[in-house]
Amino acid sequence: MKRMTNNVSGSFFVLGRGFDHAGEVSGRLKKVFLAEKMSNEIIRRVAIITFEVEVNIISYADHGTIFYHVDNDVITIEAVDQGQGIKDIELAIEEGFSTADDEIRELGFGAGMGLANIKRFSDTFELSSVPGQGTSLKCTIRTDSTKMDL
Amino acid sequence: MDLNGIIDKLECDCKCCHEGLKNEVTGGYAGDLLSDVMANSSRGDIWVTRQIHQNIIAVACLNDLSGILITQGAIPEDATLEKARSEGMPVMVTRMPEFEAVGRIYHLLHYREKG
Repeated sequence: MKRMTNNVSGSFFVLGRGFDHAGEVSGRLKKVFLAEKMSNEIIRRVAIITFEVEVNIISYADHGTIFYHVDNDVITIEAVDQGQGIKDIELAIEEGFSTADDEIRELGFGAGMGLANIKRFSDTFELSSVPGQGTSLKCTIRTDSTKMDL
Repeated sequence: MDLNGIIDKLECDCKCCHEGLKNEVTGGYAGDLLSDVMANSSRGDIWVTRQIHQNIIAVACLNDLSGILITQGAIPEDATLEKARSEGMPVMVTRMPEFEAVGRIYHLLHYREKG
């Protein structure tokens, strides 16, 4: 099912607090990867990562952009946002830690699983942030990789 | 078993996308935390939840779930049904609490052949 793909790339703008639109970018990206005939497992991992990235921007940033790029066997997903940023990255990645407010939690978000999920479903994961300014995230998925624990 | 088989046995109403009731149900997942469902549900699962807002449609579609069953008589928001229609994702409701609905579905999926 795997296909060698070169230079498939694009980006999506995401507006903060637009909860009604959560999942739209992930849905569009899923269609891109379906068209590229990626395997179901890879598409699932891309969808999960992008969904969580999208929800994080919506929940905690003023706005942000999600970039995707496929080069040979590596899918790269990057997100850059402008917003409150993260004070303690180590803590933020821990499953269960969350700074979500009640509005976010009532919608079923903010359980402290987002960053943990992104890390779990990525092959590489980098996160940096400047509190009060914003956050940058970069993760990759190798299209020839299989995560046995998923 | 398809969603029709579950509707028949669980006294639930289909609120949207009747054409999708032929979707094969290969398993199930229950939960109200969207990240949990995203990460741990599987293609073909029926999702049992108390959530009613439109984000559940995005989650179900991203994971190729067979349908969504909303419990406790909760009524899905209009925007939820509108989005479900546009995506073709069946949404059903039941008065049963989540525990009972899950128990019955589990039994149907795993023991129906033994009666």
